[in-house]
Amino acid sequence: MTINQISVFLENRPGQLANICRTLAEADISIVTLSLADTAEFGIVRMIVSDHDKAKEVLKAAGHVANMREVVAVTVPDRPGGMAEILDVLDAAKVDIEYSYAFAFHHGEKAVLVFRFDDNEKACAALAAAGHPVLDFKSVLEEAK
Amino acid sequence: MDYMPVEPLRALQLHRLQWTVKYAYERVPLFRKRCEERGVRPEHIKTLADIKLLPFSKKTDLRDEYPMGLRGAPMDEIVRFHCSSGTTGKPICIPNTMQDIEVWKNGAMRCLTMYGIRAGDVLQVAYGYGLFTGGLGLHYGGEGLGCAVLPISGGNTERQIMLMRDLGVTAIACTPSYFLQGVDFRRDTKLRHGIFGAEPWTDEMRETIERETGIVAHDIYGLTEISGPGVAGACPHRTGLHIWEDHFYPEIIDPDTLEPLPDGEVGELVFTTISRCGTPMIRYRTRDLTRLRTEKCPCGRTMRVMDRISARSDDMLIIHGVNVFPGQIEAGLLRVPEVAPHYQIVLESTDTLDRFEIKVEVTDEAFSDDIRHMENLRKRVLDAVKSIIGLTPKISLVEPNTLPRSEGKIKRVIDNRKK
Repeated sequence: MTINQISVFLENRPGQLANICRTLAEADISIVTLSLADTAEFGIVRMIVSDHDKAKEVLKAAGHVANMREVVAVTVPDRPGGMAEILDVLDAAKVDIEYSYAFAFHHGEKAVLVFRFDDNEKACAALAAAGHPVLDFKSVLEEAK
Repeated sequence: MDYMPVEPLRALQLHRLQWTVKYAYERVPLFRKRCEERGVRPEHIKTLADIKLLPFSKKTDLRDEYPMGLRGAPMDEIVRFHCSSGTTGKPICIPNTMQDIEVWKNGAMRCLTMYGIRAGDVLQVAYGYGLFTGGLGLHYGGEGLGCAVLPISGGNTERQIMLMRDLGVTAIACTPSYFLQGVDFRRDTKLRHGIFGAEPWTDEMRETIERETGIVAHDIYGLTEISGPGVAGACPHRTGLHIWEDHFYPEIIDPDTLEPLPDGEVGELVFTTISRCGTPMIRYRTRDLTRLRTEKCPCGRTMRVMDRISARSDDMLIIHGVNVFPGQIEAGLLRVPEVAPHYQIVLESTDTLDRFEIKVEVTDEAFSDDIRHMENLRKRVLDAVKSIIGLTPKISLVEPNTLPRSEGKIKRVIDNRKK
């Protein structure tokens, strides 16, 4: 079970991220979470948003380079060692993590880890088998409310 | 030769021109074909003015005839090749005979002599050695005069300064921008002469160099297609650069109509080699803009002077002393299929080496949310460009359609360097 993530190329000049956020705001799209990957020369912003198809459309229309990729969201107990448990499962299943970021829910004692794996299906199976709930898009939205 | 009276000089030039035209007509198929198309035969060249009957040659001819289509001498007479970048990805190649090398060396020696450099001077040659003619040209010129030559080539400024100091170097040959970058060159050294060329520079730069370092800054001009450094040089009276026109016959033409212009008018410099065998070049369009002057120079040399090159009639850029054509950048980008050849070259002056940046637009196809993939893309663009021009620009990835366009075309070059 995967969810869609929008990635946008960020040119190295002031105001770029603000432009992207404004474009989404004007289309009434909310950002559930985002993560920035950057180098000295450019960046990539990865976002989970309330409506990814529309987000991609409006971002492209505004001249940005954007693409959509499938990522895996998994809940993790918000306590010491919570993430380590998940990583142990993935390690045992021999899946590679391309990148990952985390966000906390507004209430409750859970956080969500977002992963991009070399093999999403295999990772999901391993996580489910180990009893770590993999979230679908609807529950991510629900939980984020 | 430098002081030869004008009349016998013109007679010598005519004699050599007639020889060259006959030589090339018999040996270089492209030249013969173009002459035949125009109905010109070698015997039609009766005066120097008749040179206008002859077809021009261009850098693209050297590229199209790569590697040796314009060679005049048989292979057993060729002793050395020099190459330089073409206007696109393909280089140009110049085969030279021993006599060509001697003529070139002689031109460099005449320049050095004119600058006041003699046996006993220690000459540090900080131009690149190898396929580029800068290093070897000054090297042989210096040795020919009996100077002690330090063939250090470019780069490693610290070592340059150390050897300059330890060996008592009195003269250095390099690009003016490289020298300005290492102004410390003068500190605790015996340096008195700088021999500067291979890129355009200005009187202001010369004044800065002379004021800051106390050396005398000399001008040298040359090009691989014609021979190398030492085609022309400035005498101490600084009236311009004396052209060794007993070997390199100059003309100035209107770059649009291609008609010859009289002495004194600014136009494109055209050279005919009149003693060269390896690669005879007839009416070679240098794309350099200048004018020829006939006023008598107080130094007594009769060889005509040209102004220092101020501009070009094509889109060639000189970056860090290297000739770069925007077409070469384009050729490099075409090797990376995911990027569109939408680019912009940005040049800016800094305190040291000029900043050289190439902005490339990212396309949807090229974009990935994986940072390694994007870094790799940037590196592949850099490698492709570097392998063609030999320089390492900064590659910046920018969003599509953000490079300013006018009438649908991106302005390829933003040159903000101080002139």
